[in-house]
Order: sequence, then C-alpha cells, then structure tokens
Amino acid sequence: MQQLGMGQAVNQALREEMSQDPDVFIAGEGVGVSIHESPMLPTAGLLKAFGPERVRDTPVSEAAIAGLAVGAAEAGLKPVVEIMFNPFFTLASDMIVNHAAKLRYLSGGKSSFPLVVRMKAGAGFGAGCQHSHNLEAWVAHCPGLKVIMPATPADAKGLLKSAIRDPNPVVFIEDMMLYFVPGPVPEGEYLISIGEADIKRQGRDVTVVTWSKMLGTALKAAEELAREGVEAEIVDLRTLVPLDTKTILSSVRKTGRLVVLHEATRTGGFAGEVAAVVMEEAFADLKAPLRRVTGPNIPVPASPPLERFYIPDAAQVVSAVKEIL
Amino acid sequence: MEIPKAKKMEMLRSLLLSRRFEETLTELCKIEGKIPGMMILCTGQEAIGAGVCAALQPEDVIITNHRSHSHLLAKGADPKSLMAEIYGKRTGCNKGKSGTLHLAVPEINAPCTTTVVGGGPPIAAGRAFAQQYRGEKSVTVCFIGDGAANEGAFHEALNLASVWHLPVIFVCENNLYAGAQRYEEHTRVEHIADRAAGYAVPGVVVDGNDALAVYASAVDARSRAAAGKGPTLIEYKTYRWRGHGESDLQLYQPREEIAAWQATCPIPKLRGDMLAQGLISADELAAMEREVQAVVKAAVRFAEESPYPEPHEALEDVFA
Repeated sequence: MQQLGMGQAVNQALREEMSQDPDVFIAGEGVGVSIHESPMLPTAGLLKAFGPERVRDTPVSEAAIAGLAVGAAEAGLKPVVEIMFNPFFTLASDMIVNHAAKLRYLSGGKSSFPLVVRMKAGAGFGAGCQHSHNLEAWVAHCPGLKVIMPATPADAKGLLKSAIRDPNPVVFIEDMMLYFVPGPVPEGEYLISIGEADIKRQGRDVTVVTWSKMLGTALKAAEELAREGVEAEIVDLRTLVPLDTKTILSSVRKTGRLVVLHEATRTGGFAGEVAAVVMEEAFADLKAPLRRVTGPNIPVPASPPLERFYIPDAAQVVSAVKEIL
Repeated sequence: MEIPKAKKMEMLRSLLLSRRFEETLTELCKIEGKIPGMMILCTGQEAIGAGVCAALQPEDVIITNHRSHSHLLAKGADPKSLMAEIYGKRTGCNKGKSGTLHLAVPEINAPCTTTVVGGGPPIAAGRAFAQQYRGEKSVTVCFIGDGAANEGAFHEALNLASVWHLPVIFVCENNLYAGAQRYEEHTRVEHIADRAAGYAVPGVVVDGNDALAVYASAVDARSRAAAGKGPTLIEYKTYRWRGHGESDLQLYQPREEIAAWQATCPIPKLRGDMLAQGLISADELAAMEREVQAVVKAAVRFAEESPYPEPHEALEDVFA
C-alpha cells in the first residue's frame, strides 16, 4: 500500500473529489501558489492540476474566505476552504458559527450548506500561541457543524472525501505535525463514515479516548504499559461531532477505566464532554475515577523546552493510567 | 433612462404593500403577546427594496439584513408565509425557526437574512462567486445599512469581490442611524460610497427615497455585474422613520428631523409622478390600495389561524 503523510493523503482526497465533481473547488491563502513548496503539503500541485478557476488563492481575508464558502455552498457548490492556522478561526468564526452552522436551521430546512473548512492545527513547530491553539471544543460547541480531527493519513483521506460529499458544514482539523508522519493509505475510492470512532488498539484494563496527533502519544503509552502487563484500549474518536458515544461506552464498560487525552488546553476542553457522557451513561461500570491528560491552561509557548512541556506526552498518560489502576 | 410603465406599476404596488405590511406590524406589536421578539422595520425606506428588486431578474439573488421586509416582499415573497413566520407559526416560511429577524426565502432566491451587522457581504460574494463559476448571467445583491460599512467583513468582501470581478451589487441603505448613533458619530467620510474607491469599485450616491432613481441606478449596476465588470457599491440616502426596533423610544432622533424626512416619503413621490403623467388613474390607484390591504389582511388571518409548531419540532432542521 502507498505510504503517505497526512498532507499527501488530504491532497489525494482533494484531487479525487475535484476530478469527479466539478462543483468542488478550493480556496484560501496560498492554496495555489504557496510560500512553502513541499510535496508533503495538502494543496501542493493542485493549481497545476485544476487551474486557477478551481484553486483560488484569496487575499488575507478569513471572513471573506469563510463567507465565500457559505454563499457558494448555498448555491450548491462544494467549497473546501482553508484557514491557514487554527487560531485564525477567530477571524472566520462569525461566518462559520453564525452563518454556516445556523442558516439551514433558520431556513426551516430549506437550504443546505455542503462546505468544508480545513484548519491546520497543532503545536510542535515553535511558532507560538497565535499559530498553535487547538480550538476543536469551540467548534464542537456549535450545533450545525460536524467536526473531524483525524489521526492517521488513511483516516484523513477517507474522512475528507466523506466530508466533501456531506450536505452539511464540516470543520476538518489537521495537525500539521502529522503531515510528515507517513502511513499506509488505500489508493482510489476510500470512504470512512463521519461519526465513527475507531479502536486503534484493543485492551482490557483501561480505555484511552483520544484524537488527532495524540493518538501517537496514546499508542506509545500503551506499549509502555503493555511491558508492565497493562493492556490499554485506544479509542480514536476521529469525529468529535457527531460523537460516537456507542464505541466510547462499550469500551469503558469493558475496561471500567477511562483516560481522555487531548492536546488542547484543559478547561472547557472536549475531554470534559467525553467524561460527562461516560459519567451519565456508564458511571456504574467505572472501577475508578476518570482522568484527563491535556495541555495545561496556558497559551502554547514558543521556546522548544516550553513547547515540549505544553504538549502532553506518553509518560503523563502512563502515570494517569497508573493512578486509576 | 426610460422606465416602462409596468415597472413603475410594479414599484408602486411594492411600496404600498410593504408600507401596509409594516404599518400592520406596528399595530400588532402593540398587542401584548401577539408578536414574539424584536420588531425591526424599514418604514420610509421602501423605495430601495422596490427599486432594486424591480431591476432584478427572478434568478438574481438577494442577501439581506434585519431590516428586510420590503426587500423580501419586493422580490416576491409570499406575504402569508412571511407573516406566519413573524408570528412564530409552523406555516411560516421557516417553520418558526427564524422569526421576523432572519426570514429566509430560498424559493425566491432570498436565502439569507442575517442580523449580524456586516454578515451579509462575504456571503453575497460567495453567492456571486457561484454565479460566476457556473457562467450564469445572474447577479447577487447584498443589502446592508450604514452601520455595516464599519464592520471588517464588509471591507474584506468588497475587496474580494473587486479582485475577482464578482457579479455582486452592494446596496447600502444609509438611513442616518446605526443603533442610536447618528451617521457623523460613526463615520467621517461624507458618503459611504466614497469607500468604494479604496477597492477600485464604482461608488454611487443616489436618493433612496426616489424609487425611479433607485431603479435606474440598480439597472446600471446590474448590467455592469452581469457583463463581468465586477461589483458596484450604491449608497442610497434615506431615513429611518422608526427606531432601531419598535421598543426604541427614539429619544436621540430630533422630531423635526423625522418630520422633515417624512415629507420626502417615497410613496407620494412616485404616486404623484404617475398620476401627473397619467400612468395611473385615481380609480386604479384606489383599487391597488384596496388590493394590497386585502393581501395583508389575508396574511394576518392566515398567521392568526395557523398552528404553532410543536415544541419538539425545535430539534428538526439542524443537519441535512
């Protein structure tokens, strides 16, 4: 099977969907001509392949980019727009939160908005807090948006293709560090249903629910735990909205223990939602209090040792698991 | 510009219908428990909706704002379904989800009424992009107020529309007030249309209480947009007769100022012109007035007799 980074997998999904559906177009800052030339990046080569009519470099105008998607989607086009870095979501947020998410409801179900907003996220490249700030919990809090945050290149491909075909607004968040981590990706048509979590490792002793880049951290922790005879089950949510509560609950009912792991800051983070679902639905199955492993409540710092301190690591996951064993 | 008689008749009826519709709403708002939520009216500004929409084709799109009633009626929305929506009834155009502030009527190509000031322009640019992308000859009109011209999204959209030559017309109804702020308190340029120059877009200033002048300017802007020459920003000078909403006591609007602008009401202006030119007789005018009264009365009856949605219907229509 082909080995691709997540950026290449996203690129392949975009190419395939654009090839088979003339209503699909992409727009954003540098999606055509970029300041970064690398075949590992999501929109590399698309301008050459599809031309400037369908690969639209925009001014630095996030509200206009997101509004472009809303208006074009209302007309039945299938825009895939890029917000260069997750923190810039704030500049596009009115269009996404007040319009993309709500206009169908306000129309009484008459209109639909088949658009995808891709956002590049994650800490780890030393740019600091205005380029690294994972805001998936903000987006997940807004009814009317679907929220996808893949952890593997194959999932990114399958989910992005589904997102483009979905009749609803989808926010698709890519951790940039994963662009450079190759993994197997099926060639050609490959779809993954939105809203289905995936058990990336089976285990009987503790459930670790996670998503995006933290999957790698969870798997690393699981290997360390396995050496000590503890079998962790790793649930990769892949989609935050709609949330696959069934998979979470059945895993927790099996293991009786839960750790939720994400890179975003702690207070109001999506781990709280996962925890609440488990407390409401599976409290009696818990053998111990649950634990959250998250970024601390600070902006992402720039200096390498500070940034490393910010990002949750496998040792924190191992120690959280040991606390509740 | 020679304006056909049929267009003038269309505009006159549109003015009368919108005025009757909103005067009825003003009265209904005084009845406790009748109309839920805020009520925001465009009374006195109807020539803009009437004139602009008369210049449009059915396939043209409008994106409007909280002061939308005349735009939607002029574009051809069914008064019954608008009134029922304003009442919060299930038979409303949005099944009670939007109320008076967000009336969405996609079947007449009026898919978005946004109450976020400045929310319309980026969406209008996107809608116009779709028209351009598909090679359609239709255009999109975005109605905003003077307050919206101070929102960043307005400037981003104007710039994008200019750079991409999008077939969009930005219509700014300068009614002299944004909330409780008079124009001079929130904007230093003499005309909002002056800002168009900053984006290499034509900026036009027109009397917004003169339906025929509104129509002529909109026809020009539409031709330009449909020919691929890009956007136009038209500023219509008008006045907000009512407060921001019906609960606004208008203590900051001088009585003399209101009276002076009411003397420039768009209805007698067009009506007088048409009577003087023999385009309509007194009898035909009376018949037209009776007809729009009957339409509004029927809309109120329809809304009154319609059921409210069941509470659980609130859960529907979030996702497609």
